Parts: sequence; structure tokens; C-alpha cells
Amino acid sequence: MVRLLQFAGQGIIYAAAACLIGYFATAPVYKQFPEGKAQIKLSFAHGANRTKACRRLTSKEIAKLPPNERRPNTCERKRVNVQVQLDVDGTRLLDISLKPIGLAGDGPARIYRKFAVEPGTHMVIARLRDSRSTEGFDYETRREIFLSAGQNMAIDFKADAGGFIFR
Amino acid sequence: MMDFIRTPLRFVFDRAERGLALVFPPEWNPLLNLGALGFFFYWIITASGIYVYAFFDTGVTQAYDSIEYMTRDQWYAAGVMRSLHRYASDGLIVVMLLHFIREFALDRYRGVRWFSWITGVPVLIMVYVAGITGYWLVWDRLAQYVAIVTTEWLDHLPIFGEPIARNFLSPDALESRFFSLMVFMHIAIPLIALILLWMHLQRVSKPRINPPRGLAIGVMASLLVLSLVHPALSQGPADLAKVPGSIGLDWFYLPLYPILENWPGPVTWSGAGVILVLFCSIPWLPPMRKTQVAEVNLENCNGCTRCANDCPYNAISMRVRSDGLPFESEAVVDPSMCVSCGICVGACPTATPFRRASDLVAGIDLPDGTVADLRQEVEKICQPFKGKNRILMFGCNHGVSMSGLKQDNVRTVSMRCIGQLPPSFIDYVLSKKLADGVVLTGCSENGCHARFGTRWTDARIARERDPQLRRRVPRERLRVVWAGRAGRGKLDTLLRAFTDDLSALPAEKPPVHKASDRKKLMELADG
Repeated sequence: MVRLLQFAGQGIIYAAAACLIGYFATAPVYKQFPEGKAQIKLSFAHGANRTKACRRLTSKEIAKLPPNERRPNTCERKRVNVQVQLDVDGTRLLDISLKPIGLAGDGPARIYRKFAVEPGTHMVIARLRDSRSTEGFDYETRREIFLSAGQNMAIDFKADAGGFIFR
Repeated sequence: MMDFIRTPLRFVFDRAERGLALVFPPEWNPLLNLGALGFFFYWIITASGIYVYAFFDTGVTQAYDSIEYMTRDQWYAAGVMRSLHRYASDGLIVVMLLHFIREFALDRYRGVRWFSWITGVPVLIMVYVAGITGYWLVWDRLAQYVAIVTTEWLDHLPIFGEPIARNFLSPDALESRFFSLMVFMHIAIPLIALILLWMHLQRVSKPRINPPRGLAIGVMASLLVLSLVHPALSQGPADLAKVPGSIGLDWFYLPLYPILENWPGPVTWSGAGVILVLFCSIPWLPPMRKTQVAEVNLENCNGCTRCANDCPYNAISMRVRSDGLPFESEAVVDPSMCVSCGICVGACPTATPFRRASDLVAGIDLPDGTVADLRQEVEKICQPFKGKNRILMFGCNHGVSMSGLKQDNVRTVSMRCIGQLPPSFIDYVLSKKLADGVVLTGCSENGCHARFGTRWTDARIARERDPQLRRRVPRERLRVVWAGRAGRGKLDTLLRAFTDDLSALPAEKPPVHKASDRKKLMELADG
């Protein structure tokens, strides 16, 4: 009788453990994004211009270089910051200066930002400056977009493709 | 500070262990088999993973479809295997965390045990990483969430030229090669974890890596029932053009994901770093424990190998005799592996209290708690020890508390581990009539703080392991109770019953001591 009760007790322990694992394997549900909202994601990695323009080396300068390092041009390693703006329906969501990565500041500037917006039609304006100038923008894209609730729209940037890409 | 945390944890574990002992036999108690259960879950995950992999397709759309095929069309085989894979992984996390917390609560992570603790930390991390990569492979909405949050978190580190989260920017950004990489990681990481587990057990003698059959059957059956009743399901295909709003998180693997998602990267990375450093430094945090390790006294060591066989931590090895005595080998203690439990002393045939012709020095002994000290303590406690049904109880520092006993007829001797007690001490106490009965107590059965103390003691008394308790010792005057820290009631009950049993036994003849013994005992009694 005692043995039977013990087996029953073991069954209860096993059942409780199984219930615990079964429940917490998927519950409680986590709401990671507000219901009824849409999302705009701005992300790119882009190498801006060098802080100084490349120039030709003089013959004297070339002669001073070790034979295996001789080249006609030299370029500054450091790149300028990338200036980015994002406006949605006239509201500025982002205005930021992105530093190039790398110890010498010679890598691309990168960004990865998410914005929750109301679903519906929006006028989106994205601007980017990657030149040595201090005013104005080298790239600007205006796009009217429609976002449904829960939709995710990505804005990428590729200079080779002409600027901002809406996906 | 540490005791402030450990004491309530220990209390909880003691109560839980005792509660489980009501329905599980000692050897089946899940809390006493956490490590072995971890291995058991690992093998279930491996076997079910191999089966599931046979049906898995590595592709952006094929991955989800192949898992849906397993779950829906082949629910009775691959579907069950998928669920077993999933739930055994959750079970692995549960037993690993409990194992970690329990070892901390029982103070079994400091001193020479640092190695097992430190090698356990990366195993825990690897298991988490393996589980998370497994979630990516399903490529449902949960996988999408896990992939994005993980890569966004990694992108806080300034080591990637391009944010790796950009791989999940839009549907056209993701490539099927990604799944091949994930499969590789999902297989490679558990294999690395297995190597680390092997290292984890290097300083443990006779590790228990398989649970008892009864427990294994019970666990497997419950996992199977869970898999059939509540199968693991996908949460809809991933769609990078949409934001997965509500998600059924696996709270065993992903409880920190909401924090990773919402807290600033520098805060979460700093927090993770601090926790990791804390975990790794715990064995060396104060208060430091300084115990003297066992020492071999070569002139008394005959190289019998019993201490080496009984040591729970592989701290003793045998080497060729170095002192010219006519024995083959001698014991050598590795101080970096000795936990000073004294089990080796209990195994030493020279550790007998009957020795009077020469000084009582065992072949292997603890410098700060020798066998001679133990004999002296026993004799001191038992002189004078008058009255009826006198009981001398040997216990350990980690078992049930022996202070505040209500019975006047009981006196106690506490040791590092009950395995430290050579069986000849029982014979000594009873044959010298120092007490009418002897009780041995300590940690709970199968839950010895020094791993093998209770087990070897049982075997020595049962004459199944050397040194054996002599046949002449009246077994009716000996009781063994593995009460554990929470077993005070069990101990009190046994003491009352034993007192009644002793009173029913025929009276013993008064002890006959040699004149020298009597003089010595009188001196001890006088303090």
C-alpha cells in the first residue's frame, strides 16, 4: 500500500514537472511590440569621403618609400562623419552625425534604428551627407508610403544604387 | 554575506529534498541526481536531434516547411521527437540551474572544488547558446524575434563592420546559407559543451553520469506524455516584412530577451560581464576556507590502496615505495585536489583506536583532526557516561544538527564526514563499554556532502568494503540513520526507538580496563 502511494506521489511530481516545463516553454505570452503600430527601420553601413582628397605623390616622395610600397597616389585614412536625417510627416525622427568605425576612423559609418509609427500613409524624407561639405545633403529621397499595422518597412542606403532604398 | 544567501537556499533545498524523499527511494531522489539528469537530458536531446535533422531542410522557406511537415504529417514520430528535443532542452536548463544553485547552497564550490565550478560556467553558457541557435532554425515568428534581438545585442559590440542585424532587415536580405551556419553552430556548440563536461568531471571520482533506471524511466515517460499531450509547435512562419507582436517565449532559455531588447546595450553588456566575472570569482570570494589536507605517514602506510579507492575526488594516487619498507606502493596525496573530508582516514586499516602499544598515528590522517584526537574525544565524552541505555552518536558537520538533543542518554561526536570514522571505532566503543549503543548519522542517503561518506560507511558496516566492521560487533547495538540536515525528527524518532530497544537487551557486563587505561580515562574525566 505504501509503495503504491509512493508511486502515486512520484506520478504527481513527474506530472507537476511536466506541466511546469510545458507551460513555461511558451507562456506567458510576451508582447514585444505595441499592437496597432507599424515600424520603420533605418539601417545601413556606408563609408563616407576621406577627410582630405587623394593626391598624387611627387617623384621625390615616391623615391623615399620602400620599393615594395611605392604608389602614385596617397589618401588620408580618416573619413568624415555621415550626417543623416529622417523626417516622417514633417516630424524629424532622426538627425545624427555618425562617426566612421575603426581605430583610424577609416571604416564605414553604420546605423540601425527602429521607429514605431501609426499605420497609414506617411511622407518619409531621408537625407544623407557623406562629403566634406558642412551644409546641405548629398542624397535626399522623398517617398509616400503606406504601412499597415504590424508592418515593418526597412530603409537602406547604397550609394551605388543611387541612395536610399525603401524595402 | 555568502552565508546570508546560502542559509535560506540550503533550507529550501533541505525541505525539498526531504519532501521528495517521502515518495522517491533515496537513490531515485531527483535533487540528488541533478548532474546525472543533466546528462540524461543531453542524450535525449542528442538522439532526438539526430532524428529530426534527417527531415530538416536548410533554406529560408524550406526550414519552416520541413518542421511543419514533421509536426503535422509525422506527428507520431518526428513530431514527438521534435517535442522531446524541445522539452528535454528545457529540462536540461532546469536541472543545470538547480545543480548550480544547490552546489552553491551546500558550499561545494570553494577550495579545491573551484575546478568543477569554473568548468561548469562555460557549459551553462554553451547550453544556452545551443538552445538559442536551435530556436533560430525553426524560422517561425519566435525565431525571427530571437534572431533580431540577438543580432541587435551583438551589434552593440564594436567588432562588426556592418551590423549583423541587417541580415534580417527585410525578406530579401536573408539567405539560405544562414541556416547552414546555424545548423553547424547548433551541432558544434553542444559537442564543445560535451568536452567541457568531460573536463568538469575530471576531479571527481566515480562520477554519477547516469540516473538510476527507475528515475530515468519516470523522466522519459513524463517527457513522452508531455510531447503527446502538449506537442511543441511553431508560431507561424517568420516574415521580415512584419513585426512579430506577441510571442510565446520559452522562459527557460529566453527570460533575458525582453531586457536585452529594451535596456541600453552598454548596460546589458556591462551587466553580463559583471555577472560572468562574479560567477567565475565566486570560489575565491571571502570567507576563504583553509583546511589542512590529508597527510600520509609512510611508516604507518602499508600501501593497501584503500584510501585511494575510497577518495571521492581522485586526490590520492599510489606510487612505488620510496622509503625502502617491504611494501609495493605508498599513497600520495595531491593537495590541490584534497577536500579534507577524511574519508581516506576512515578507509585506513591502521586507523584503529585499539592501538595502545604505539602512538595512534594512521597511515593517512588529517593534521587538524587526527584519529588520535578522535579517540581522545570519544573517551573524554564517555567518561563519565553513566545511566542506562547510553548512546554515543557519531555524526558529520553537514548532516542533521546534533545540538540540543532532548535525550539525556545520548552523547555526540561530530566529524568532517561520517566516512571519516573507521569502523573499528564502533567496535571500540561497544567492546570497551564506553556506551551501550552507537548511532551513525550524517547527510541524507545518496546526498553525502563529500559524495561517498554515507555509501562507504554502509558498505563497511555491511562488510562489503574494507575496512569491514568486525563480526563480533553486536549489530543490535548499532543504528544508522542518514537523516540529512532536515531530518531532525527522523533522528529523534530513531533515538527514542533505539533507547527502547537497548533497554530490552540483556545487560552488558561492566567494562574491564587495564590499569593504564583506567588511569588515562580518569585523567580525561578530570579534564
